[in-house]
Amino acid sequence: MMADMTQYDSAARTSSRNRRTALSGLFIAAGMVGLAYASVPLYQLFCQVTGYGGTTQVAAENPKGIIAREMKVGFDSNVASDLPWKVIAARPVTDKIGAVDTVNFVATNYSDKPVTGHAIFNVSPDKAGVYFNKIECFCFTEQTLQPGETVDMPIVFFIDPELDDNHELATVKEITLSYTFYASDNEGS
Amino acid sequence: MTDTAHLQAHATGHDSASHAHTPTGWRRWVFSTNHKDIGLMYLVFTIFTGVVGGLLSGVMRMELQEPGIQIFHGLAGMAYGMDGDAALDAGKHMYNVFTTAHALIMVFFVVMPATMGGFANYFAPLMIGAPDTAFPRINNIAFWLLPPAFILLVISLFVEGVGPGANGAGGGWTIYPPFATTGHPGPAMDFVILSLHIAGISSILGAINLITTIFNMRAPGMTLHKMPLFAWSVLVTAFLLLMALPVLAGAITMLLTDRNLGTAFFKPSEGGDPILFQHLFWFFGHPEVYIMILPGFGIISHIVSTFSRKPIFGYMAMAYAMVAIGLVGFVVWAHHMFTTGLSLDVQRYFVAATMVIAVPTGIKIFSWIATMWGGSITFKSPMLWAVGFIFLFTVGGVTGVVLANAGADRSLHDTYYVVAHFHYVLSLGAVFSIFAAWYYWYPKMFGYMYNETLAKVHFWVMFVGVNLIFFPQHFLGLAGMPRRYIDYPDAFALWNRVSSVGYYITFVAMIVFFYATWEAFKRKRPAGDSPWGVGATTLEWTLSSPPPFHQFTTLPKIESTNAH
Repeated sequence: MMADMTQYDSAARTSSRNRRTALSGLFIAAGMVGLAYASVPLYQLFCQVTGYGGTTQVAAENPKGIIAREMKVGFDSNVASDLPWKVIAARPVTDKIGAVDTVNFVATNYSDKPVTGHAIFNVSPDKAGVYFNKIECFCFTEQTLQPGETVDMPIVFFIDPELDDNHELATVKEITLSYTFYASDNEGS
Repeated sequence: MTDTAHLQAHATGHDSASHAHTPTGWRRWVFSTNHKDIGLMYLVFTIFTGVVGGLLSGVMRMELQEPGIQIFHGLAGMAYGMDGDAALDAGKHMYNVFTTAHALIMVFFVVMPATMGGFANYFAPLMIGAPDTAFPRINNIAFWLLPPAFILLVISLFVEGVGPGANGAGGGWTIYPPFATTGHPGPAMDFVILSLHIAGISSILGAINLITTIFNMRAPGMTLHKMPLFAWSVLVTAFLLLMALPVLAGAITMLLTDRNLGTAFFKPSEGGDPILFQHLFWFFGHPEVYIMILPGFGIISHIVSTFSRKPIFGYMAMAYAMVAIGLVGFVVWAHHMFTTGLSLDVQRYFVAATMVIAVPTGIKIFSWIATMWGGSITFKSPMLWAVGFIFLFTVGGVTGVVLANAGADRSLHDTYYVVAHFHYVLSLGAVFSIFAAWYYWYPKMFGYMYNETLAKVHFWVMFVGVNLIFFPQHFLGLAGMPRRYIDYPDAFALWNRVSSVGYYITFVAMIVFFYATWEAFKRKRPAGDSPWGVGATTLEWTLSSPPPFHQFTTLPKIESTNAH
């Protein structure tokens, strides 16, 4: 293997160039794994800002007034199988867009132990999420119910009048707000 | 600096010294750092896994041959010693396990190792005039990661999945949560995830190796724009692998920690979102389908050019069409998710972006036809497979444009129309390109000539068989038959029966394939260095058949512009 010096030199050059290319490749691969993880908070931020997937908004009051168009708001509740609660959704309300309304869900703990639960929510159609503002909601905090206890769970909400400007929602006459209740102290939370 | 250069030079010197003698016996294969040997090992592995994946689909087709449940409750009975309704339920899950395993095996352990493992390893270095790949040992590791990954997948079939007496993961190759998290409490899903991790690492290592080889080790005078189209296709595919697979790795790692470590990436009860998994999965999954087909594009270009005795029409457009397909492939993923509640504007974007891909794909199809136009065509078996590929891939491409419409997809999503579509581009498209490559390069790889008549019989029987399997599935899908069910109403009986008959015909074709391969090895007809004549212009045909253990000790010089 008596290769001469020029061959050695070019072999060395190739080898260090190869190493550089391979490291760039590894860097791209690692970067893409990083991006996959970065997508988790970015996606949540994106949902909150745009109301994507029916994510609702939180507000202190309605600063934008009331318009003539009416909207029916329906309510829906689901309870995960590991939560021994019965939850009755509020009756639908029909009101002018922009009006602040209060409704009550009624939850009962039918087990013989105190149970803590929390609710996850979204609205349908998804596009309406960005206009659905909650001033007060039981879903903001965890709720603990004593054995056999029944409580009213209030929601104070209004619909942003800017909804009227969204052509995709021009034909929408009803928005449904859906809650799913989960047990809070299950394993792994 | 001189010191490091000297040290590296020294190391390289040692490297070539230890390579000077040809290893023999099992050491030649297990410790192989030779790109051709590793390529062959990939191909042998692929033939084995292909048989496993193909037999799984055979059991599915037998089950679906008639309405009602024929096979799987019996299989479940044998596996778990159950009977009655318990066996029926376990059988339904087992059917889902079969579809899942069939898909994962075909994607990760057949098509990807055959194209990017086998043919790319063997022929990309030859075509660019390189003595070997840039990192021969990484090449070895990349191959040997695959068998353990496959074994993990096989183990997953035999451990608990959705519950006692229901082994294996049955969530489809997309492994969406929550079915892949809370729906599969048993360890089967963990085995699947780890299997995909290892297969993914293997592919990423292979991709880095091929990218480095193609960028740095081309023969003097071979600029990127003189590089054969197969090398181009491998380069583009390697970049897709490098950017798509880590996203899958990230997503399934989140799945794994959601399952085992209490994270809540995809758990809505704790603020996660299962739809996020679908976004991540398809951000990988859509480039993945191009990963499976792009090397085929490169292969078909060479075969069409060789047997038309013309240089490929529109070389530059062909190369950059593949680059364009690769790039646009990363921004169309949500067309798999039209039914998940995307807003109208988002749907509009994904419809339009998806249809844009038809443009570079059309460039490729029309350029192949233009290459044949006015050429002196001989329909040797590789050319038959190549023309078959163009036909079948076009059918699958056209139904893809149909499915790209969000409105039509509302009706066709998760029906057999989708099954027919992706089998036309993959099972027929990609697999036909693999067989085309097999018959095109067989004389080069093994030095023997196969029996041309047998190769043609294999083609025609398989062509009839696969079309009979999948064309009727368009009708089933349009009529509303959903995917991933073990049973169906009587109304779908006719075309399901036809489809199953197609499977048996394809099975016969595979017997012809194995016989043809065996016959060629038995008869040992010497093939000669360049059996396809003047149309075959790439560098591998300048070598002996099979090529020497180490080729291009003097690097070839690429002179003029006739390289491709």
